[in-house]
Amino acid sequence: MSRLRTRVRQLAVCYWLQIKILLISPFEGFLGVVFPLMFATATLMVYRLNGDADALQYAGLGAAVMGIWTSVTVSASSLLNRERWSGTLELLVAAPTPFSLVLIPITSAMATVGLYSVLATIVWNRVVFGVRLQIESWPLFVLGMLMATLTIALFGFLLSVTAIRYRTSWALGAALEYPGWLLCGFVVPLGLLPDALRPLSWALAPTWAVEAMRAAASGASPWADLAVCLALGLAYAALAAYLGVRLVDSARRNATLALT
Amino acid sequence: MTSARIFFVGGLMSFRAQFNWLNPWILIPSLMIEPVAQILLFAYIGRAAGVGDDRFYLIGNALNYAAIPCLFAMSSTISGERWGQTLGLVLVTPARRIPLFLGRSLPVIVTGWAVAVFGVAVGSLLLGVSVPAGAWPAIVLAVAITSLSCTGLGLAMGAVGLRIRDGATLGNLIFLALLIFCGTNVALQDMPGWMAAIGSWLPLSHGIEAARGLAAGDGLSAVQGLLLHELGIGALYAALGMAVLAWMERDSRRRATLERM
Repeated sequence: MSRLRTRVRQLAVCYWLQIKILLISPFEGFLGVVFPLMFATATLMVYRLNGDADALQYAGLGAAVMGIWTSVTVSASSLLNRERWSGTLELLVAAPTPFSLVLIPITSAMATVGLYSVLATIVWNRVVFGVRLQIESWPLFVLGMLMATLTIALFGFLLSVTAIRYRTSWALGAALEYPGWLLCGFVVPLGLLPDALRPLSWALAPTWAVEAMRAAASGASPWADLAVCLALGLAYAALAAYLGVRLVDSARRNATLALT
Repeated sequence: MTSARIFFVGGLMSFRAQFNWLNPWILIPSLMIEPVAQILLFAYIGRAAGVGDDRFYLIGNALNYAAIPCLFAMSSTISGERWGQTLGLVLVTPARRIPLFLGRSLPVIVTGWAVAVFGVAVGSLLLGVSVPAGAWPAIVLAVAITSLSCTGLGLAMGAVGLRIRDGATLGNLIFLALLIFCGTNVALQDMPGWMAAIGSWLPLSHGIEAARGLAAGDGLSAVQGLLLHELGIGALYAALGMAVLAWMERDSRRRATLERM
C-alpha cells in the first residue's frame, strides 16, 4: 500500500470513528446541536419583536453558523483531556502517525456535527420563525459554509493542542462559546462592537466565512473574504502543527502527559 | 440538633468536596467570564435589533446565569457521590433526608447568588448601565430569592439524576428552557401565550421581572408579590425534588441501580 494511500485511509478511519463516537454522545452529539439551536431561537425571538424582515434574515443566516463554532470549541478544548481520561493519550502520542494527523480528523468530525447543526437551524428557523433564506448564489453560499466548517475545525485543532497542559480545559471551551458568537459577527454586526475588539474579530477565520456567506446571499463577490478565511485557517493549522510538536515534547520531557 | 449539624456541616463538606468548581481554572471561565459574555451577547443583540435597552438584558441574563450553579451543583452533588461510590453509604445512613440534601443546597444558593450579583455588577460597568445605588440591597435580595428558587429546581433535577445518568445534558436542557421561557431576553407579555404560561410556572420568571422593576427604580413593596411568587415556585420544586428523591431512592434500591454508571 502506498504511503499516500495509508495516510488517506488513516484520516478516513479516524474521521469516521470519531463521527460515530460523537453521534452517540448525548453531550456532544445531541446537545452540540440543541444548545446553539436554542440560543439561535432566543436571538430570533429578540429580532422578531420589531418585525424587521431584513434583520430577521440577517440574524437567521448568522445564527445557523453558531452551531459549528459550538460543536468545535466546546469539544476540541477538552479533546486531549478525554483521551487522557480514557488512557489513550500516550498511545496516540507514541504512535508513528504524526500527532497532528490524529487530531485534524477528530476536530473535522466535530465540525461535521456542527454542519448538521447548521442544517437543523436553517430548517428550524424556517418552520418556527418563517425565515426563508434569500440566497442569490447557493453554490457560493455553500462554499462559504464549508469554508466556515473547515476553518473552525482548524481553529479547534489549534485549541486542542494549546490546551494540552490545561487539565480543566472544558471550562475554557465553554467560555469561548459566547465570545466567539459575538466576535465573529454571527448575529451582531461587527460595526456595533467597540473598536478595540475589531482586531480580535479579524483574526478569527469564521468572521470572514460569515461575511462571505452574507456576500453570496446578497449577490456580491465573496472571493476576497474566502481568501482571507482560508489564509487564516492555514495559519491556524501551521501554528497548531508547530505548537503540537513543542507542547507534546514538553509534556513528555516533564512526564506530565498523563497527569489528570 | 443532629439535623442542624447535618444541614450545616454536611452541606459545607459536600460543597468543599466539589473542589473542581472552586478551582480558579474552572471558577473564572465558568462562573465569571461566561455570565458576563452572555450578558454582552444579548445586550448587543438587543442593540442590533433595536429592541429593549441594555438594562433589560443585563438583569435578565445575569439572573439566568444564577441557574447554572444552582442546577449543576445540586445534581453534581448526587452524581459526585455516585462517581465516588459513596452514594450508597450516604443513602444508607439514618440521617433525615431533608437536612441531608437541603444542607447541600445552601452553599449552592450562595454561589448562584454571587454569580448573578457579579454579573449585574460587571455587566453594568461594561455596558455603562446605571443602577440606582439605593436599589442594590433590594436587587441583592431578589437575586437571593431567585437563586433559592432555582436551587429547588436543581434539587428536583438531582433527584432525577438518581435514574438518569447524564446529568450534564439534562442540566443544559433545563438551562435552555429557562433561557427561552422565563423572560430572560423577551418579556413574558411579548411571548406567545402558551410560552408565557409555561414561563410563569418556572423559577426565574418572577425573580427577573422583580429585579428589572427594582433596577428601574421601583421600591421593594412594588415587587414583593413577584418575589413571594418566585419563592413559592422554588418551594414547590424543592418539595417535588424531595418527593422524587424519596421515590427514586426506593426504586433504585429495589432495582439495584443506585450505583450503576
